[in-house]
Amino acid sequence: MNNDLLQLICFYLFGGVAVIAGLMVISVRNSVHAVLSLVLTFFSMACVWLLAEAEFLAIALVVVYVGAVMVLFLFVVMMLDIKQEVVREGFIRYLPVGIIVAVVMLVEMLAMIGVKSMHAHTLGPNPAGNSNVAWLGQALYTDFLLPFEIAALILTVGVVAAVALTLRQRLGVRHQSAAQQVSVKATERVRVVKMAPSQVASVVPPPAPPAAEPTQENAK
Amino acid sequence: MITLSHYIVLGAILFCIAVAGVFINRKNVIVLLMAIELMLLAVNTNFVAFSRFFGDVQGQVFVFFILTVAAAESAIGLAILVLLFRNRSTINVAEIDSMKG
Repeated sequence: MNNDLLQLICFYLFGGVAVIAGLMVISVRNSVHAVLSLVLTFFSMACVWLLAEAEFLAIALVVVYVGAVMVLFLFVVMMLDIKQEVVREGFIRYLPVGIIVAVVMLVEMLAMIGVKSMHAHTLGPNPAGNSNVAWLGQALYTDFLLPFEIAALILTVGVVAAVALTLRQRLGVRHQSAAQQVSVKATERVRVVKMAPSQVASVVPPPAPPAAEPTQENAK
Repeated sequence: MITLSHYIVLGAILFCIAVAGVFINRKNVIVLLMAIELMLLAVNTNFVAFSRFFGDVQGQVFVFFILTVAAAESAIGLAILVLLFRNRSTINVAEIDSMKG
């Protein structure tokens, strides 16, 4: 089979799956199913990106989105106790508006793109050469080094903000203070008591009522 | 033969699906966040396609940064969502009106 035709068939296959899964994301009743449909959309689009020979970004999409962000979504969806029938209220009411806006927007976009004129741009030789990763990394670590570092900073800020937002200080709960535990000194915990090395045992056992007296003295 | 318009039309379709999702789902904040992720995916597809067809690496570098910022955004968005649910016990968009905006 012709190689170009095979690529076109793959494109339509993955693109079709992505569009159908995208429609399922916005229309299914169960939020968990919506998240799983979004995973399928991301996966199909990663395949489409592979067809465009953006290998690094396709794998990054699968690893970062399917592996991390979607799991986070799934975690939150399952953690929150959501009533399905309440969530679905107004779906039918807003459906015509949504469809009209989307269709009008799509028609405008297609008119602006000009489907015919863009057909002139066919796939040329790969500008990346053999290695897409080397091509991208070369640009990322030379021309875009500062934005790259800033991106790392943004991720750090994101982590700190997410933790700070969800951290909860509950009152009336006993918990350990690690700082105080670490900074404690031996003299605060152990008290050395001077005692007589030995005591003379009484030869004659005293009568029963004052029997407790020698033990009290012992404790002193 | 795949042309540039194939990729752009696919991106446009996905973007419009996401816009429809924002309009339809008035009750569920999670689906709104997912629709935003879908929009970013559509835009990224355009960047990748233009980068490939015009032989410019900047498009793919930009996609890299968009992925980074989108990951941070969704993490903070979900943290806000958890906080909101803890305080109000709802994710209904219509009931989140304490700021009277």
